[in-house]
Amino acid sequence: MGQTIIEKILSSHSGQESRANDIVVARVDLVMGQDGTSPLAIRAFEDMGGAEVFSREKVAFVIDHSSPSPIEGVSRLHKLMREFSREKGFRMYDIGEGVCHQLIPESGMVGPGSLVIGADSHTCTYGALNAFSTGVGSTDLAGGMISGRMWFKVPDTFKFVCNGTLPPGVYSKDLILYLIGDVTADGATYMSAEYTGEAVSALTMEGRFTMANMAIEMGAKAGLMEADEKTFRWLERYTDKKFIPASADKDAVYARVKEYDVSGLAPQVARPHRVDNVCPVDEVAGTPIQQAVIGTCTNGRLEDLRIAADIIRGRKVHRDVRLIVAPSSKTVYLDAMREGIIQDLVEAGAAVVTPGCGPCVGTHNGVPADGENVISTANRNFKGRMGNSNAFIYLASPATVAASALTGRISDPREFVK
Amino acid sequence: MQYRGKAHKFGNDVNTDYIISGKYKFKTLDMKELAKHVMEDLDPDFYSKVSQGDLIVAGSNFGCGSSREQAPLAIKYANVGAVLAKSFARIFYRNCINTGLPVVECDTDLIAAGDELEVDLAKGVIRNITAGIEIPVKPLPGVMIKILNDGGLAPHFRKYGGFNFD
Repeated sequence: MGQTIIEKILSSHSGQESRANDIVVARVDLVMGQDGTSPLAIRAFEDMGGAEVFSREKVAFVIDHSSPSPIEGVSRLHKLMREFSREKGFRMYDIGEGVCHQLIPESGMVGPGSLVIGADSHTCTYGALNAFSTGVGSTDLAGGMISGRMWFKVPDTFKFVCNGTLPPGVYSKDLILYLIGDVTADGATYMSAEYTGEAVSALTMEGRFTMANMAIEMGAKAGLMEADEKTFRWLERYTDKKFIPASADKDAVYARVKEYDVSGLAPQVARPHRVDNVCPVDEVAGTPIQQAVIGTCTNGRLEDLRIAADIIRGRKVHRDVRLIVAPSSKTVYLDAMREGIIQDLVEAGAAVVTPGCGPCVGTHNGVPADGENVISTANRNFKGRMGNSNAFIYLASPATVAASALTGRISDPREFVK
Repeated sequence: MQYRGKAHKFGNDVNTDYIISGKYKFKTLDMKELAKHVMEDLDPDFYSKVSQGDLIVAGSNFGCGSSREQAPLAIKYANVGAVLAKSFARIFYRNCINTGLPVVECDTDLIAAGDELEVDLAKGVIRNITAGIEIPVKPLPGVMIKILNDGGLAPHFRKYGGFNFD
């Protein structure tokens, strides 16, 4: 009987053949925490009697959620992280470096077949690199920092087969929103999502990160893809480390399989206040917006900024709209500057903020006012998510957000894409 | 472990932003302070309504969303005895066990808002005193029982120096 991708990775890291529903204790290749979760992990580390981290090269902290600090309470917690990481001798990415889920792939520490735990629910992003990476809480993180191991229940796998070709103006964000709308917010709870099919193979790495990132929005523990030429080419820029990919056996056992033809897909929008409240853009087109956000761990990569700039270049952001752009990392920011993308966006009226999480999680960088509508490339639109429970958040692709920023209303980007 | 209290009912897909909003959780490690804002976006008066040992009773997928451990901690520090739901999101579920907040999977349709409940975790049964019925509970995986019995993951690590499920 064959194995799925996640069964293979958990087998190689636990030293025992692993099948769905087994409980295993596995070795981890990287342990990551961010500024919303690391302070509690430091407290748990001390509570556990931890002295040193298991490996200085395999632990990292990132300050990205409230970065730079907007208030003194946050500053105290950031200071705690700086002091702890310095004392223990592991890497900490400070303000301005970017959002953890861009930085960790760029660090070269993660690749095909790796196993990563991160105290952030969107840690599943590295599934695009064929890594089993998953979100944990602060106490699990502390346990991983001390022992270099973590216990897992081996999940069942839900295979999403995406056939066909995405039409112009329709992107991986539209596809993942569509899938989440189809299976709902708990449609893959405790499962590993495996994304496969020609439409997934055709995606760039940036597009794949977006799909893996949002696996958690259907409850999945992981969002995995096979490694291919594109994966290894993407990694070459960041590391010469060799990785052993994990690929699913032909006779692997799946709990669920769904097939989709993406050729007729329209741009998708998730309406307030649920990520699975998804519809084609024309159902909400014309809704006035006051703020537009391009960035976050879902869609703040170079390709995303390029798609937005291609629509915005030479035009002006609507006078009733604040357009906020948060590049996902310093590297992305610099690349975008070199390409003239930042220039184009700023000239059109965008406000570019520090690489990091931007306004996604309601801590800073653009909290909406009561009654305002926001269209964002982020991954969550829960009530209050951006810091105001009386605001309304719509989720969409960078193209849809860019087009809407120009018109002041939710708009179909296909009218702007040549 | 026994809890007796009143049921506070919530619907499906209660996410961790609703349990404790990001705008609060980044500011402090003072869980008593955070507890004052627990469930605020769903019920602004929730904190003041809870008496010691009361129970949160919800539908499916409770705790979906982020990995913030402040969510179970804020519930615990608000004096809630346990959370009962039809199902839980996985990161939240692990966080509850690790931090010692009892979570129980059961058919919560058998519980109405305000019902008086008695939860006996050792026996694995919930008594709905108001309705006069017993509700069966889905048992926890053995690994989680071990961690809970040790008092959470931190005491487990202090005891064994790492994961020990033998």
